[in-house]
Amino acid sequence: MSTTTRLTSSAADQAPSTAAPRKARRRGEQSPGARLATHGVLVVASLIALFPVAWLVFLSLGPDKDDYLHPGRIFGKMTLDNYVFVLQETRFFDWLTSTLVVSLGTTVIGVLVAATTGYAVSRMRFPGYKKFMWVLLMTQMFPIAVLIVPMYQILSELQLIDSYLGLVLVYCSTAVPYCAWLLKGYFDTIPFEIDEAGRVDGLTPFGTFARLILPLAKPGLAVAAFYSFITAFGEVAFASTFMLSDTKYTFAVGLQSFVSEHDAQRQYMAATAVLVAVPVSAFFYLVQKNLVTGLTAGGTKG
Amino acid sequence: MTVAIDRATGKRRGERTPRPGPLTRLKHTYQKYWYAYAMIAPVALVLGVLVLYPLVYGFYLSLTDADSLNSARTIGVNRIEATYTFIGLDNYADILWGDTAYDRFWSHFIWTIVWTAACVTLHYVIGLGLALLLNQRIRGRTLYRLVLVLPWAVPTFVTVFGWRFMLADTGLINSALDALHLPTPLWLEDTFWQRFAAIMVNTWCGVPFMMLSLLGGLQSIDTSLYEAAEMDGASAWQRFRFVTLPGLRSVSSTVVLLGVIWTFNQFAIIFLLFGGTAPDADILVTWAYYLGFGQQPRDFAQSAAYGMLLLSVLVVFTAFYRRWLNRDEPQLAN
Repeated sequence: MSTTTRLTSSAADQAPSTAAPRKARRRGEQSPGARLATHGVLVVASLIALFPVAWLVFLSLGPDKDDYLHPGRIFGKMTLDNYVFVLQETRFFDWLTSTLVVSLGTTVIGVLVAATTGYAVSRMRFPGYKKFMWVLLMTQMFPIAVLIVPMYQILSELQLIDSYLGLVLVYCSTAVPYCAWLLKGYFDTIPFEIDEAGRVDGLTPFGTFARLILPLAKPGLAVAAFYSFITAFGEVAFASTFMLSDTKYTFAVGLQSFVSEHDAQRQYMAATAVLVAVPVSAFFYLVQKNLVTGLTAGGTKG
Repeated sequence: MTVAIDRATGKRRGERTPRPGPLTRLKHTYQKYWYAYAMIAPVALVLGVLVLYPLVYGFYLSLTDADSLNSARTIGVNRIEATYTFIGLDNYADILWGDTAYDRFWSHFIWTIVWTAACVTLHYVIGLGLALLLNQRIRGRTLYRLVLVLPWAVPTFVTVFGWRFMLADTGLINSALDALHLPTPLWLEDTFWQRFAAIMVNTWCGVPFMMLSLLGGLQSIDTSLYEAAEMDGASAWQRFRFVTLPGLRSVSSTVVLLGVIWTFNQFAIIFLLFGGTAPDADILVTWAYYLGFGQQPRDFAQSAAYGMLLLSVLVVFTAFYRRWLNRDEPQLAN
């Protein structure tokens, strides 16, 4: 969907209008020079975007701990030993399990809850819905510094410290507000005649939501899922405070403990970092198709 | 067409039914909207327990002298009760105009403002530039987009490690600068360069979000507007200024606000890049975290007070921002 929308809309504002063209160009078509410049800028930007990640991959192949200071030496002795070490000698798979449990838990619960919220706010003008959206936005402003101590105490009251569920709930509280906003914007773009048709045909409000609206909102849901997943996957402060046993560390915490454990052995760190980046990037490229369309809907309606 | 139609429900708003009394209305509202409340209940519950209650509690803590030595804690089987006391607004007074207030608060405050302004500006300008480029009919556009989104796709804590390798004293960036006979700053030690590096890394991480949002915004602008502008003889700059920018207005206002909030509260990048070794490069959030968790004894009360100050800065900013946006438009986002 995103591909087609982009193909049909071209921005003519990039086409240079100075220097009358010798042969007529179609709208949105560029002179060769402008096209070259465009490609040049995009290639440079892509390199900048790609380079730190590629560099990390490259460094992870060097077997010695000081190789990152002398990258030239790596060429002669590239090896996958670091990966073997990380996979066999560390708690990598424990971390993988807990990270996936927490991230996928946040994604499922977060998207479900955000979808019902977004739908309710989008479709039903119940008293207080405007204030509710602002409360949601306000929760994005709360700095962790003020929340983390009380949160810790509440979670320990609820016996949720060092448990996956506790962390999932905490992440939901950060991911859901934004997702709800985004999905509300998306639901706004779905014609309400569809709801009415469903109601006329005898569906309950929940039935309308689950059987008609959710399938139509897939792009928006994909973005919300992606956002929740990334939030949960990359979060550092809560995870390092709330997860106590080292078998339940998420990668974000595990990688840090790894650094202090093998003090200067950065080659293992690099290898772990690369291995961590693999699942999340895979997930990312699964949903990226819907990303632009979903973000637009969220953005334009805010 | 004077009959107002409720955009979302499609109900005609008219005087078709007589207005019922308050009690009936309440009952009616409940009957009509009970499922709306049911749908919102889970969020309200989680946010109430995990965000609003901690906020109130944090505010209370900021009015006490709580630290890790006098808070309730459990050592082995012994439970020690909390002994901290209520001291009113002393924490705030101490932070804002205590003895070393400049070093502890104002220097971080100024740096936080600079950091937020610089990062959001860079995010927006670079993101808009790239979105404009990607919004053309060019070869390999999908590939460019996939690569450019990479900094967002890979988790921050991974990419920040990559940057640390590159910024190390004799790391890649300094080697390259050295080869070009340029000065090689101590990126991770010298305060100015620490700050420079922090902005650079955060810009790198934050551009993809802006780029994708703005790209989406660009695609939702009606093409016929450009055609009309072209017919009227508008130059490329005029089309950008009078068609593109107004068309992006609603997306921009949302993403800029979110960008400010997220950057202002950005924790991971500075925390991971310097690992608590650079107090001068700490923005208020990481500094508050350092007070509450990075030192002994942990000063919960001051940390919470910093948090409340941060929050109030953001609330004030948002209020002004909304007013500024609403100066000629009735609403930003309801």
